[in-house]
Amino acid sequence: MDLLHAGKYAIYIYPAYGLTALVLIGMTLQTLIAAQRARLKANPDKARGEEIGD
Amino acid sequence: MSLVATLASGLSNPARFMSVSRWLAPVLGAGAALALLAGLALGLGVPDDYQQGPTVKIMFVHVPAAIMSMTAYACLAGASFFGLIFRHALAYAAAKAAAPLGAAFTALALATGSLWGRPMWGTFWVWDARLTSELVLLLLYIGYLALHAAMDDDEKGARAAAILALIGVVNLPIIHFSVEWWNSLHQGETIFAAGGSKAAPVYLAPLGLMMLGFLLLFGALWLVRTRTEVWRRRAAAQALRAAR
Repeated sequence: MDLLHAGKYAIYIYPAYGLTALVLIGMTLQTLIAAQRARLKANPDKARGEEIGD
Repeated sequence: MSLVATLASGLSNPARFMSVSRWLAPVLGAGAALALLAGLALGLGVPDDYQQGPTVKIMFVHVPAAIMSMTAYACLAGASFFGLIFRHALAYAAAKAAAPLGAAFTALALATGSLWGRPMWGTFWVWDARLTSELVLLLLYIGYLALHAAMDDDEKGARAAAILALIGVVNLPIIHFSVEWWNSLHQGETIFAAGGSKAAPVYLAPLGLMMLGFLLLFGALWLVRTRTEVWRRRAAAQALRAAR
């Protein structure tokens, strides 16, 4: 298996995959951080212990 | 009643939605991680295409991003429709939650498409019907988010943005059929072509896994963002009560 083979097109293939990883990971982190903040704001007293309000 | 309708009517209850999404989001997220890892492992090892060489590997990120850009918009428009018709706060929350995800997928589709276009067409960009209609989709997402943010009243903002979202639905068939309706540098329908896929079978498994991974990730993040919106509104209502 010729894994990661990109030849002279590496300058196009690797940025495409890098950008995809960046967007998917960034989107996931931003979503989770915003969710955690909103949950704490909506349930300031209890949110630290267990997830409530569901 | 169909399964989808039953699911939709069940999830339209905010308490039930919060309860179901609490376990469903991590399940979808785990499924997305598995599918993406498997798709990546298979995709990076495929043989070169006889015409496109190794650049064919860009297909495994570009096509799922492009499909998700339209799927997310269909979800946004569907939720906006239910919000407008039934004045349902959860539908508006779901619509608002889908917009940033759809915008990110659209920007990714445009960027990876450019990186694929340069070695294949000799240019990063051309004002071609497919590329231009995809750019219009990105502008629709940005317009939706800007309109939502421009109004102090959440309800009014949601309603105005929902109307824009429904008008923008006309762009979806334009994107899809643009390669048939107009001469285009962009290749025609390949994966879902009438009469079967035109792509070589060796590319279909990694592409299918990547599309599944993108879809599951969108599902997981959409649920989490909708939950976030519910919490945000709950906190705003609490702050309002406390101020009185």
